[in-house]
Amino acid sequence: MSEEQLIFKRSKALTDAYFHYCPGCTHGIAHRLIAEVIEEMDIQDKTIGVCPVGCSVLAYNYFDVDIHEASHGRAPAVATGIRRTLPQDRYVFTYQGDGDLASIGMAEIVHAANRGEKITVVFINNAIYGMTGGQMAPTTLPGMRTTTSPYGRDTALCGHPIRMCELLNTLVEPVFVARGAVTTPKYINRAKKLLRQAFELQHTGFTFVELLSTCPTGWGLTPENSVAWLERNMVPFFPLSVFREPAAMPAAATKYAPDLKVKDDAKA
Amino acid sequence: MNRIVIDEDRCKACGLCIPACNRDLLALAAKLNAKGYHPISIHDMDECTACAMCAIVCPEVTIFVYKQAKLKKAG
Repeated sequence: MSEEQLIFKRSKALTDAYFHYCPGCTHGIAHRLIAEVIEEMDIQDKTIGVCPVGCSVLAYNYFDVDIHEASHGRAPAVATGIRRTLPQDRYVFTYQGDGDLASIGMAEIVHAANRGEKITVVFINNAIYGMTGGQMAPTTLPGMRTTTSPYGRDTALCGHPIRMCELLNTLVEPVFVARGAVTTPKYINRAKKLLRQAFELQHTGFTFVELLSTCPTGWGLTPENSVAWLERNMVPFFPLSVFREPAAMPAAATKYAPDLKVKDDAKA
Repeated sequence: MNRIVIDEDRCKACGLCIPACNRDLLALAAKLNAKGYHPISIHDMDECTACAMCAIVCPEVTIFVYKQAKLKKAG
């Protein structure tokens, strides 16, 4: 009889607390992936997380690392302070939802990215405000029914959803911008690779990972149907891709240093 | 032996692991756990290949997977 080997276990970077998330909510998968990346890189003692406001407001109960709570949307600003004051070997990440990051925190995330803060932002996009009862978020799909858009999102009134990855990809400073999903095993394993890459590149610049996530309660679907709904409706609008990585920086990301000769210009 | 261990009290009966299992070994149990959900259970452990697909999709990290080490060839 040969020995058996434990090939899948609860990560050491997760506490023993039970998640408070609804059944089928994929926040738990995102938590597990981040914890596994922290454990595999052996950085548990020098990682600092910043929690948002939203369903994951209690994430400090679940990660066995130092966690700071931020005001609604201000996690990148808090992470900036942590990054700039502590020794540079620390790893700082924020964990934010779409109502937190894309709505009230839009200024903070865009400017943190534009300054090239050396942090990792994990953005959980489930196209709805989950904690407050399923209201319309900036990422809600056109025609999608929520409690504040009972006839579906009217694009004439509210515009189209914001694609954060594409938006941040127009800036010069970010070094890694990617979008994954946490629904099927294939996507989950890919998402873990994206997170690992983001954490490894963190000390070179701003890294951003968006994860498409389900909200069965807010969407009014069963967990299994929400997975299918996400793939059918969200993936076409939010394409899963690596938008920027150091090996393939787009032309838009080349640093522009103008030759400023104002006086000479005036003479000529 | 390839097997999984289910931490039943963590399970919230979302059922995401049921379609993830390629061999249809998982189902919700008739009993209730401490949270009042019907926890997931495996009905034929001998068929399990320890592919860990159920554990990968589990949002509550309830499933532990043990894989049998490969037998070394004699000599």
